[in-house]
Amino acid sequence: MKLKLATAAIAAVMAAGPALADLTFSALSYRTGPYAANGIPFADGYIDYFTLLNERDGGINGEKVNIVECETGYNTEKGVECYESTKGSGALVYQPLSTGITYQLIPKVTSDNIPLHSMGYGRTSAKNGKVFTNIFNYPANYWDGASHAVTHILDINGGDISGKKIALVYHNSAYGKEPIRTLEELAKKHGYELTLLPVDHPGQEQKSQWLQIRREKPDYVLMWGWGVMNQVAVQEAVNIRFPMENFIGIWWSGSENDVLPAGDGANGYKALTFHNLGSDYPFYADLKKYVVDTGKTAGAGDQLGTALYNRGMYAAMLAAEAAKTAQDMHGTTAITPAMMRDGMENLEMTEAKMAALGLPKFGPEFKVSCENHGGDGFGAVAQWDAAAKEWNLITDYFQSDQEILAPLIAEDSAAYAAENGITPGC
Amino acid sequence: MFYREAGDFKTSYTEDNQTFPIKFDRYRYYAVLVFAFAVVPFVINDYWVNAVFLPFLIYAIAAIGLNILVGYCGQVSLGTGGFMAVGAYAVYKLMTSFPDVSMFIHVILAGVITAVVGVLFGLPSLRIKGFYLAVATLAAQFFLVWLFNRVPWFYNYSASGQISAPERTVLGVPITGAETAPWAAYLFCLVFVTVCAIIARNLTRGMAGRKWMAIRDMDIAAEIIGVNPLKAKLTAFAVSSFFVGISGALFFSVYLGAVEVGEVFGINKSFLVLFMVIIGGLGSIFGSFAGAAFLVLLPVLLKNTLVGGLGWPTDLAAHLEFIIVGALIIIFLIAEPHGLAQLWRVTKEKLRLWPFPH
Repeated sequence: MKLKLATAAIAAVMAAGPALADLTFSALSYRTGPYAANGIPFADGYIDYFTLLNERDGGINGEKVNIVECETGYNTEKGVECYESTKGSGALVYQPLSTGITYQLIPKVTSDNIPLHSMGYGRTSAKNGKVFTNIFNYPANYWDGASHAVTHILDINGGDISGKKIALVYHNSAYGKEPIRTLEELAKKHGYELTLLPVDHPGQEQKSQWLQIRREKPDYVLMWGWGVMNQVAVQEAVNIRFPMENFIGIWWSGSENDVLPAGDGANGYKALTFHNLGSDYPFYADLKKYVVDTGKTAGAGDQLGTALYNRGMYAAMLAAEAAKTAQDMHGTTAITPAMMRDGMENLEMTEAKMAALGLPKFGPEFKVSCENHGGDGFGAVAQWDAAAKEWNLITDYFQSDQEILAPLIAEDSAAYAAENGITPGC
Repeated sequence: MFYREAGDFKTSYTEDNQTFPIKFDRYRYYAVLVFAFAVVPFVINDYWVNAVFLPFLIYAIAAIGLNILVGYCGQVSLGTGGFMAVGAYAVYKLMTSFPDVSMFIHVILAGVITAVVGVLFGLPSLRIKGFYLAVATLAAQFFLVWLFNRVPWFYNYSASGQISAPERTVLGVPITGAETAPWAAYLFCLVFVTVCAIIARNLTRGMAGRKWMAIRDMDIAAEIIGVNPLKAKLTAFAVSSFFVGISGALFFSVYLGAVEVGEVFGINKSFLVLFMVIIGGLGSIFGSFAGAAFLVLLPVLLKNTLVGGLGWPTDLAAHLEFIIVGALIIIFLIAEPHGLAQLWRVTKEKLRLWPFPH
């Protein structure tokens, strides 16, 4: 063990030593604490993608990528420390993978003029680029997710869900509360009945919530969970024999970690996603050749192909593509955080681009603009196959109900602008 | 040699009773103050303020507050996180309702509001003692966090339930929000720490403090010699909550800027502050500072050495950090059960005799 630690330490020193790269990306990751099981695959995917770019292409347009990792433990205080300590290294973009840390960083990055990308989390109204100049949340946000779930239920029921009962089991925090407003608005439109069931951090204790579900027998259960809460909820749903195909989680409740402990019982559980799953891509061949076989994977290297690993990879891919856009726009390869912001604002993801990267159909097509920092709100539904132990997409990417969401986003961002004295403009 | 009373003649009771009766100590104290007020603000940057000084100063206020209750009055409290939340939400409501008023006034008012809440939750202390009181304050902790999560009025009906500090000023200088200069945030907190520490020190040396200590040492005997337990316990709760409320208000508005009550002011915070008090030393103002420094600065220092200096993987470093801090706590408490303050006291005694100990 000692020897292993020592080798690991030496290897890390060697790896960190000669990193004299020019493009710095920060990875505010969490490999410890109650949410580590979810934080590790995301961080590994994020770092491995950049390692591959370095190994295969020599970086992004010839500029080597340097990753500065900082452990937040999903804790907001450590998040502040991490932000301040990595800011000086010229980090181009921040992706904290925590709604709490995102809220904290929103004013800070704006004042420091560094972009922040909260992919599928964070403050939803940051989609309004007129108010949130430095915050991006493409390709989809929580309110899109809430709408996706409802649209999916509508599709199953032939477009009519009036009188149906839908329960929302949510993490009792900023993150979990995000979809409530949207679901209430959608309830007005579609006439379903909404029940709210908060679960307190960290979510190991959910007996009473599921007892209530058993008593009230909602037709569908939606879940906004993270970390250990997901596994417990899936297990509880199995215990009360809730029909799993009527149980839909947000994308943060749709990793292998969440369903594997429940075994065969979890078969048919659905989760939303905004990127594709599995490892059946040409990209993975390169990853194996340049990163896995040379032993350069981040962490233990055992997360390849999992849902959250793919999401980390997708986040890194969007960051790398935005960096390329920024390099083209400004005619220099050594970009600054301010240039990176411009790159993100003009990012366009097309099928051709993704196919060229070896990841065909990996995510929805979208285009970011100054007014719209959140993409077009496309997502899909995945279903868990317990026998094959894999997630399968059961729908195409479909758009959320923009008619409901647009006014909500305008309202919330206007409130933020008023509270903080921001004049919206593009 | 240099650290002794000899030759330092006092000609009045005031001089005799001052906080630092030894000349060397007194000058050291002035030197620290001058350094903190006149040198540090000119040399600090964002990192030092946000990662080191602000958490240290703010936790020091919280530790002083809890020390008054636990260390001086002997009432065990596990509600610190909840009371800090009261301070944070009070200052949030005040600063959003009255944007033009100086932050100084808001923070002090937040302390006053917390003091009132603290007295309310301190009422059971008249009947229940020791571990049972700890459980009662634990109820306060959970109730308050639940309340701030449950009632949308407290977070101004925002969609996520988070509170974020808008920009507010003192004499035209922004103190909260993203545009705050490092020196401004630092000085703002430093003023509060200094004033709080001086008030706490003088309260604990005066009649109020003696009453608290009498209650702590034996409440029945204290009652017999004429200490009113109702007054003594409730004033301890009030003063303690006042300080804790101020620290909660600063924690939210100046340090973090955005807060989610369950995560930031959870039971972990109560324990953290209690550990600061225990490690620093019960019944000592200096101990509150030492404990806060130990638990705030050591993890940052370790992280910087292990990850920044040696380049270790972050998860390995994070785990090692737990092990090292935990081991140090045990070692310190075995070596000196009365905390870092007692170590300092022993050092001072030795210094007085040095270099001729016999």
